[in-house]
Amino acid sequence: MHILDIAQNSLSAGSTRVEIRIREEVKADLLVIEVADNGRGICGRMLNRVTDPFVTSRTTREVGLGLPLLKEAAERCEGNLEVHSEEGRGTKVVARFQLDHFDRAPLGNIEETLSVLIGGNPEVDFIYEHWVDEQEYRLDTREMRQVLGPVKLDDPFVLDFLRQDIRGGLKKIGAARFHKIMEVLR
Amino acid sequence: MNLEELKKIREKAQRELDLRNGEKAIKVVVGMGTCGIAAGARPVMATIKEELARQNIGNVTVVQTGCAGFCEQEPLVDVFLPGEKKVTYGKVTPEKARRIVGEHIVGGRVLNEFVFAQEK
Repeated sequence: MHILDIAQNSLSAGSTRVEIRIREEVKADLLVIEVADNGRGICGRMLNRVTDPFVTSRTTREVGLGLPLLKEAAERCEGNLEVHSEEGRGTKVVARFQLDHFDRAPLGNIEETLSVLIGGNPEVDFIYEHWVDEQEYRLDTREMRQVLGPVKLDDPFVLDFLRQDIRGGLKKIGAARFHKIMEVLR
Repeated sequence: MNLEELKKIREKAQRELDLRNGEKAIKVVVGMGTCGIAAGARPVMATIKEELARQNIGNVTVVQTGCAGFCEQEPLVDVFLPGEKKVTYGKVTPEKARRIVGEHIVGGRVLNEFVFAQEK
């Protein structure tokens, strides 16, 4: 849900490319979520205040409660949130979590998030990379477009395939969501 | 991503595209502002797309929009059938979404009990 919300910020900032990176480092007990875009960016003065819910939700259109909520979620798990931005060049949001932290919310249904993002914005380039230690799953809509030719990215068959491919891919690399314990909890 | 598999999907989708060439397009709009997402628009969106794929309905475009100002009614879903007035459903759940696809989009019957607003 956070990822969808942050990526929506990217889209409303007029981005044509959105990169989402997730890194699960089991040994270091670290989860890093990164969303980088090439949108219009946030000006320096605003950048200091983006995680303040009371200032930002009233003064900008690009950033609402999304960032403050993500910051709180990360800090609750001994992590932090960084927002790097350059006006006219883009924005990068990096959230770090303790992977094994009791309060860490599960990553959730990432294939649904991506199918909504890609299906709703087929003209935008999305890159999704998910590592579990050295294992990687990668998706790039530019490559997909090349294969698809005249068929659009928001074609229902394509989105259906996309969801299945992500799910299968994440399972294969051993993403935390597919650990046995999560099934028990579910 | 398995690009080989994607090639097969391309062929399947291409055949479908050729079949429905000339058919008029239906549009479905899902409210995906922060309020919509918080109210559960994501599973609603996913259900609509799954249901369309499952029933092999290709002439429907599903798009997302921001907050319409009726946050308490989210998730909001607009259905535009060609030649007909817009129908807006409120407080949509995946279950309702499934029925909207089956009965309104396929069957052409408006589900009055779920309607939040209808264009006059």
